[in-house]
Amino acid sequence: MEIILIFVSAIFVNNVVLSQFLGICPFLGVSKKVGTAVGMTAAVTFVIAIATLVTYLLQKFVLVPLELEFLQTVSFILVIASLVQMVEIIIKKISPSLYQALGIFLPLITTNCVVLGVAIQVVSNKYDFGFAAGARMLGLGEALLFAIATAIGYGLALILFAGIREQLELSNVPKAFKGVPIALLTAGIMALAFMGFSGLV
Amino acid sequence: MSKNNKLQLIVDGIVKNNPTFVLVLGMCPTLGTTTSAINGLGMGLATTIVLILSNITISAIAKIIPDKVRIPCYIVVIASFVTIVQLLLQAYVPVLYESLGIFLPLIVVNCIILGRAEAFASKNPVGDSALDGIGIGLGFTIALTAVGLVREILGSGSAFGWKFVAGDGMLAFVLAPGAFIVLAYLMVIFRKLTKQA
Repeated sequence: MEIILIFVSAIFVNNVVLSQFLGICPFLGVSKKVGTAVGMTAAVTFVIAIATLVTYLLQKFVLVPLELEFLQTVSFILVIASLVQMVEIIIKKISPSLYQALGIFLPLITTNCVVLGVAIQVVSNKYDFGFAAGARMLGLGEALLFAIATAIGYGLALILFAGIREQLELSNVPKAFKGVPIALLTAGIMALAFMGFSGLV
Repeated sequence: MSKNNKLQLIVDGIVKNNPTFVLVLGMCPTLGTTTSAINGLGMGLATTIVLILSNITISAIAKIIPDKVRIPCYIVVIASFVTIVQLLLQAYVPVLYESLGIFLPLIVVNCIILGRAEAFASKNPVGDSALDGIGIGLGFTIALTAVGLVREILGSGSAFGWKFVAGDGMLAFVLAPGAFIVLAYLMVIFRKLTKQA
């Protein structure tokens, strides 16, 4: 039951883009075609899952026992930056075709705030993720599930948005609204629609 | 550089290179923290401080950093300043610290800061980099305060905490959709005013 709760909450109710405003830059930047949106989603899901695993272990077994929590931001971003680099090298070796498909998106993920955002969220005790039990630190399994669910929510918003933008390219938009403003308005209307999920959990 | 050019650096950051309305960088904090004018102002100032300090530091050490590892080096410099600002806010302005929440540590991945480090600070002298930081930072702060003010007026009927309408406003403007819609319209107004469209 809790697993379903985590998924529904992270994908629909607290959608990472449309209600928490994380990862807006790639959301606006790489959402002009559905194909690139799918590639970006795959890369982000992959990196978020690994980054959450590593930063969770780092927080639990290094930073907390040594009372170095104030180094959280510095150490997490270093871990994420080097992980992205490592994942890039490994994918290049193991599956050149996947590497080709992900292309430029892999290195860009370092500065995607979804990754750092999720890593910080799962180790903080402030978020209750809609559990009746109240706020507490998540277990490793739950943390991973939350990370993957967040990535799926990110992908859902990104791919839906890309579909709308493909149509938008063909429509007649007032000159001052061209580009980013009309995209933001579209996202605003999508966010309104996603607000409909807010009673679910 | 003459005195005039120095002033131009700051004005450019606010108008011609405005990070929010023209360059469209740093969208996450722009949308996520502007539920009120005060929050927008606080986030803007916190980012400005980090931007000025990181610009100064990076322009000072840019020559001794090997080219291949420069991005990780920049990120470590930025992350250190973010941690300092985070601890200072937690100690002296805990209310603001609570309301900015996760977006405070996320200043690290704000593309404005890394962007200025790479595009300006690493190529220019320390003094100019500091001025560039002030200009871009002010542009960001003004934009965030404007978005926050409009959302606060429409959404809760108050301005900088001063309430002029009894009861609730249009709640949607304080919630997520309002952020996107207000930013879109402000961007259009900014384009019209600066004759960019």
